[in-house]
Amino acid sequence: MSLRSPLGRVLGLGSAKDGSSHWYAQRVSAVALVLLGLWFIVSLATLGGVSHEQVSGWLGSPLHSALALLLVVTAAYHAMLGLQVVVEDYVADKGRRTLVLIAIKFALIVAAVVGVLAVLRIGFGVAA
Amino acid sequence: MAQRERPLSPFLHYRWQYTNTLSILHRITGVLLSLGFFILVYWLAAAAGGPERYARALAVLGSFPLQLILFGASFAFCYHLLNGIRHLFFDMGHGFELATARKSARVTAIAAVVLALVVWFVLRGSLGGAA
Repeated sequence: MSLRSPLGRVLGLGSAKDGSSHWYAQRVSAVALVLLGLWFIVSLATLGGVSHEQVSGWLGSPLHSALALLLVVTAAYHAMLGLQVVVEDYVADKGRRTLVLIAIKFALIVAAVVGVLAVLRIGFGVAA
Repeated sequence: MAQRERPLSPFLHYRWQYTNTLSILHRITGVLLSLGFFILVYWLAAAAGGPERYARALAVLGSFPLQLILFGASFAFCYHLLNGIRHLFFDMGHGFELATARKSARVTAIAAVVLALVVWFVLRGSLGGAA
């Protein structure tokens, strides 16, 4: 006999209340980052240099600025999910854990917004 | 210890194996890459800030401690990428047999070091010593 309620069994969310969605999102963003990471390394290697002109020209192309946006957003998201698991594993105190998790989310979201704005400014040619 | 033996937590008596070293390295490189993300954003923001700000950022990134950190970041990147692919195969239920897991661990570790060195020297060459 199961002690789980029929509703709980149907929802399938378990004790963490979010089922496997966190685990799954980590994997899907990982697959995206394999492709985006390879694009990033190959781009840097074939750029021939990272002078201001070269980087602006590279991120000035619509394709590459779109990929750079995807890289920034996906990397921040993947880091958020991964760091959350690490913090939940090692920070035992519930109050401290919540504070650390919120601080990490704030920091990563701020960094992602700065990165997205930077890529957009270069992409639209409004960079200083 | 006159008492009879009590069960121990796994981490107190599990034998060290290189497969679990790869596993913890995946987590460590993941945390380091999260920090590296802030360097990437710093670099992008500097590029958007114009040639002068960008030149100053390149000087910072080219300084000794940052070069060491960037070298570490390129190893972390290559390792996390390759071992991440290995873990995706685990997640799909492949490669759990001990012999296979050990073999993929060896291949991943060696490939990560080689790829990191290639990436580092190709990038350094391509960046012309600017970074």
